[in-house]
Amino acid sequence: MSTLLEVSGVSVSFDGFKAINNLSFQIADAELRAVIGPNGAGKTTFMDIITGKTKPDEGRVIYGDKGESLLKMSESKIAQAGVGRKFQRPTVFEDQSVFDNLMMALKKTRGPLAVLFFKPSQEDVDKVTDLAEQIGLSGALHRKSGELSHGQKQWLEIGMLLAQDPRLLLVDEPAAGMTPTEREHTTDILREAAKTRAVVVVEHDMEFVRRLNCKVTVLHEGSVLAEGSLDHVTKNEQVIEVYLGR
Amino acid sequence: MTEVALPRRQPFALRFPSVMVFLAILALFTVGVTILSEGFGIGVISTSFVKTLGKTLCLCLVALAMDLVWGYCGILSLGHMAFFGLGGYAIGMWLMYARTEIIVLESLAAAPLPPTPQEVSDGIATQIFGVVGASEFPPIWAFAHSLPLQLAAVVIVPGLLALVFGWLAFRSRVTGVYLSILTQAMTLALSLHLFQNDSGLRGNNGLSGLQNLPGLSEVPQSIVSMWFFWGSALALALGYILCAWVVSGKFGSVIRAIRDDEARVRFLGYPVETFKLVIFTLTAVIAGIAGALYYPQAGIINPAEIAPIASIYLAVWVAIGGRGRLYGAVIGAAFVSLLSTWFTGGQAPDINLGFYTISWVDWWTVLLGLSFVGVTLFAPKGIGGLVDILIDQKSPNRHGADLGPDQGALREQEADK
Repeated sequence: MSTLLEVSGVSVSFDGFKAINNLSFQIADAELRAVIGPNGAGKTTFMDIITGKTKPDEGRVIYGDKGESLLKMSESKIAQAGVGRKFQRPTVFEDQSVFDNLMMALKKTRGPLAVLFFKPSQEDVDKVTDLAEQIGLSGALHRKSGELSHGQKQWLEIGMLLAQDPRLLLVDEPAAGMTPTEREHTTDILREAAKTRAVVVVEHDMEFVRRLNCKVTVLHEGSVLAEGSLDHVTKNEQVIEVYLGR
Repeated sequence: MTEVALPRRQPFALRFPSVMVFLAILALFTVGVTILSEGFGIGVISTSFVKTLGKTLCLCLVALAMDLVWGYCGILSLGHMAFFGLGGYAIGMWLMYARTEIIVLESLAAAPLPPTPQEVSDGIATQIFGVVGASEFPPIWAFAHSLPLQLAAVVIVPGLLALVFGWLAFRSRVTGVYLSILTQAMTLALSLHLFQNDSGLRGNNGLSGLQNLPGLSEVPQSIVSMWFFWGSALALALGYILCAWVVSGKFGSVIRAIRDDEARVRFLGYPVETFKLVIFTLTAVIAGIAGALYYPQAGIINPAEIAPIASIYLAVWVAIGGRGRLYGAVIGAAFVSLLSTWFTGGQAPDINLGFYTISWVDWWTVLLGLSFVGVTLFAPKGIGGLVDILIDQKSPNRHGADLGPDQGALREQEADK
């Protein structure tokens, strides 16, 4: 397995507060990784840096086979290069139907002209329908996504991410506000996705992380505190001190 | 897997019945006015009113552009009337040049020696710029002799200005109220520049006599007004079809998404700035064309026409008509501008309260302001929202309904949306 993303020595501070401090992180081509850490550990900032929303003060972010630096690319270029992101709060386009949301996310040329003259083929429609089935929204395909429940919106957003067909999937608290059955379904979707791509899940919920059954990275005060299996990191003295033993 | 058919196999007209309804109404209106006109019909409608109606159609067209940029893409531009005015100036330059040229040639024909081109040019320049104390053509009049070039300028000048301005503004991620202020500053700066006598466009005199078509002085205004009326109706129809097409497919999806959550669209991989720039420039071009049709009917254009207030009116029309739907913009522009003509034309009866007389010429703006606030507060869908009630497309009443498994979906106060 080759490395897909390599973050090394990255630091960023906001008004003197070091949100990320000399952080290094690696993830392979097809890997599921959970990132945990107490509030303010820098989990969201970490995602912001990879997706281009925040520019770090120093450090390198190398991505892909050609080893491109993500730091010089715009958000949309990074997304086109295959980095997909799901936000903490579900952000779907509430005014538009589930179908339109998925169709917009579907991996296609993103330029204005291509979009203007775009006509979905039967293949595209099939893809969208498949995705809707996968995320349990087949019946709601033509409903406005604003009418969906919170959990359904979370799934729709995951569906939109899958439609983008990213090579690296960054998922911020996917299980927030979901019922236990919905959580189970979400775990399945993420594990399935991780077979063909890299998936980074930021999560607070230990039960959820346990069910993901993957390597865990613990962040604390902007840098990596421990890395390994969940059982391994939960035995780590420092981790217990800052996070688990509160 | 359940088979889902392509949702867009139907022809364009069937997918968007509102376009067909609109075009039918516009066609009926055009035929009706033609029959009632002085030039081609029974003469019930005066030529000046035909011009008012033709101008209204042009305002509807620029309102469409405003709706596209604001209602669909969420860019509250308060400078689109600048593009409208530039279109007017571009065509006005040719109209004025060509007509003055004919007059000058006529007066020089009596001279013993045939006039040299330089004499003709000087004669025209003196005629046009005498009023601002100049007698030479400024460089921007270099193409004024050519109708095709000035017609190209109708599209190119507003388009280029929008492209450069938009590129600078969007690239720096200027959004929301800051962008509105910036566009406002643009139109203010442009109008102040044009107010200067040495701006090359006759300062505050503006360009006049635009209703007279060069070489067609024997054609009465009753006929010319109908030509422009038809031209305006055709432009509105084509503009409506173009806008409806742009907002119909995935492009419409993307720009509405940009309106609702710009950052999210960026993370989907769409170059948001480029999309905004395309819409901004496209709508500027539409505004320019609308202006080029409007000012020959108005007869005169001066820098006051592109003062910031004009663009604010434009936003008010679209808000009152109902933004985010194309016919809303048209209804708003037509309704408010015709009503404004009625009130400010002194036709509305004054109200005598005994101690004070409400004169509508003065109080119309107050009424307009109040109705703008009223619409914003109580009927955000505008007049166009009435159509929803008419065809009973109201969103289902969700008051008190179950809000989903974890109560996290639409909240109670959102139930009306």
